[in-house]
Amino acid sequence: MKFLLQRLAFYVFTAWAALTINFFIPRLIPGDPVTSLINKFQGQMSTEAINSLYVLFGLDKNASLWSQYVDYWGQVFHGDLGLSFTFFPTPVADILKQSLPWTIALVGITTFASFMIGTSLGVIAGWRRGSIMDGLLPVTTFLSSIPYFWLGLLAITLLAGPNSFFPSSGGYEPGLVPGWTGSFIGSAIQHSLLPALTILISSVSGWILTMRNMMVTVASEDYITVAHAKGLSERRVMVSYAARNALLPNVSGFALSLGFIVGGTLLVEIVFSYPGIGYNLFQAVGAKDYPLMQGVFLVITLSVLVANLLADVAYLLLDPRTRKEG
Amino acid sequence: MKTPVLEIKNFHVDYGLGPEAVQAVRDVTLTLHRGEVLGLAGESGSGKSTLAYGVTRLLPPPGVISGGSVVYHPPTGDSYDVMALTDAELRKFRWAETSIVFQGAMNSLNPVHKISTQMIDVIRAHEPQLSASARIARAQEMLKLVGISADRMDAYPHQLSGGMRQRVMIGMALVLEPQVVIMDEPTTALDVVMQSQILAQLVELRERLGFSVLFITHDLSLLVEFSDRIAIMYGGRIVEQARSVDLYKDSLHPYSEGLLKSFPALRGERRELAGIPGSPPDLRGMPTGCSFHPRCPQAFERCSAEIPVLGVPAARNDPTRSVACWLPGRVPVVQKG
Repeated sequence: MKFLLQRLAFYVFTAWAALTINFFIPRLIPGDPVTSLINKFQGQMSTEAINSLYVLFGLDKNASLWSQYVDYWGQVFHGDLGLSFTFFPTPVADILKQSLPWTIALVGITTFASFMIGTSLGVIAGWRRGSIMDGLLPVTTFLSSIPYFWLGLLAITLLAGPNSFFPSSGGYEPGLVPGWTGSFIGSAIQHSLLPALTILISSVSGWILTMRNMMVTVASEDYITVAHAKGLSERRVMVSYAARNALLPNVSGFALSLGFIVGGTLLVEIVFSYPGIGYNLFQAVGAKDYPLMQGVFLVITLSVLVANLLADVAYLLLDPRTRKEG
Repeated sequence: MKTPVLEIKNFHVDYGLGPEAVQAVRDVTLTLHRGEVLGLAGESGSGKSTLAYGVTRLLPPPGVISGGSVVYHPPTGDSYDVMALTDAELRKFRWAETSIVFQGAMNSLNPVHKISTQMIDVIRAHEPQLSASARIARAQEMLKLVGISADRMDAYPHQLSGGMRQRVMIGMALVLEPQVVIMDEPTTALDVVMQSQILAQLVELRERLGFSVLFITHDLSLLVEFSDRIAIMYGGRIVEQARSVDLYKDSLHPYSEGLLKSFPALRGERRELAGIPGSPPDLRGMPTGCSFHPRCPQAFERCSAEIPVLGVPAARNDPTRSVACWLPGRVPVVQKG
């Protein structure tokens, strides 16, 4: 329990540091969001309007940096992340609320599936090393060396097209209204197949490789020999003795990859014009949309932190050696 | 007359296949009698652990059993060859009839499972008809016998000391009350005090439960203390076999003599430690004839030419001992093979 509280304190501190950096970065880079917004409106703005924009973005020149900082925290706690330029005057929070489910659904499910499939295959490949399963390794190593955005481009070129079952871009059929209707969900699934497959193929091999190698390492441990000597069934030795121990490093890897769900597949979303958070970031960078960028960074930071916390908890549950006495 | 419980006959183990193979165990014939402690001693690399792994068919690749049989005599029913068992039969045989305590006390327990889980899963695998509470009771009883209190049942291996872990392993080895317990240097990782405590406990347990022990160690003086018979291994072969007292007082093979002089005796008068000059033979290129001859102070021409046969020495009419040596008075009565 004490360990968990310590970790929690650490994460609170990290979150504070990340948010503070998030506050300072736009104030340190040359030019400011208002200038770029003015440029967008091509100077057709009154001085009052410009001044009120500065206040709106928390960049009031009359306010001290400290009071800006305090205001910033107040806004963050209210979920107010400012207004987006690209989709002016939609609040950033609304945009994120819209795109986050897409990313979590697509990348979350594929990351989980990739981890489960890769780990299971890795367990078998490691346990039966020297068998046909080892032929899988060069293939997976090759696949893992392919960048997934390139794989995505390849998939679009080869599989998608006007008459193909696979749509080449977007998250759903343009005419449909998002909602819990059968046709919408069907369309969303159809649109997610190619990006999901791309991510799955390029990431599953990493899990296979690490799990197989850990299995081979663990298989030579004394307690595996003891488990065999005890006359336990092959399955029980493989699952409860070998895989159970080999899984530990992979679990932390998995938790970390959960953190990168939000930000890590930016390129896939760009390639497929998928309405997720990575695509938001791409648009924000293109339009110098600082508030949106800040918002996306904030979400990425928080999700990495939450994922790390999950990894700590998972490790605590899975490995008794990390638990402290008392 | 003692009855045999495990008969190892003409046992060969190779590492690797074909002409490149390293012969780690050659033509070993050894009999373990019911209720006795048979010591198996030798230097590192003499093949004693390989023999233990081979007999239980636990050899990791590239180890291959290239010949011989291991006949097990259950207390009731027909004897059978362990080498001929199918995988399912072998799983049943393991631990229930022959259990093993391994060298590494520290790593023999799975670090992520509780002691109780690891004790109970072996009971469940072999006696599935037993109820959960009966399993726990059995595990508790066994741990109590080896001096681990019931409240340590739910401890994880890392929460126990090295000595406690080895006690747990011994308790686990006995939990199904097997006929044979093979102990592969069970006390090497422990300090001397813990070593003698555990051995004393082992002797006591053996009297109570009546199992036989094949005790493998390089520490000959330890064997002299508590085993009934001793077999000495060198270069993959048994070079001498005798009752412990006889071997200690009057060893016949020059190698046994060298081994005895390499350790201080636990009791008795002080004597000079000598050691054996040279190093153990390279298994890839064994010397011709008796593999010990390059290091033997008493070697003569015949030793490098012919492999000595293990047999009862002609000069002593004592069927309990045998030796493989060409020295006068040690040549066997009847030369076999």
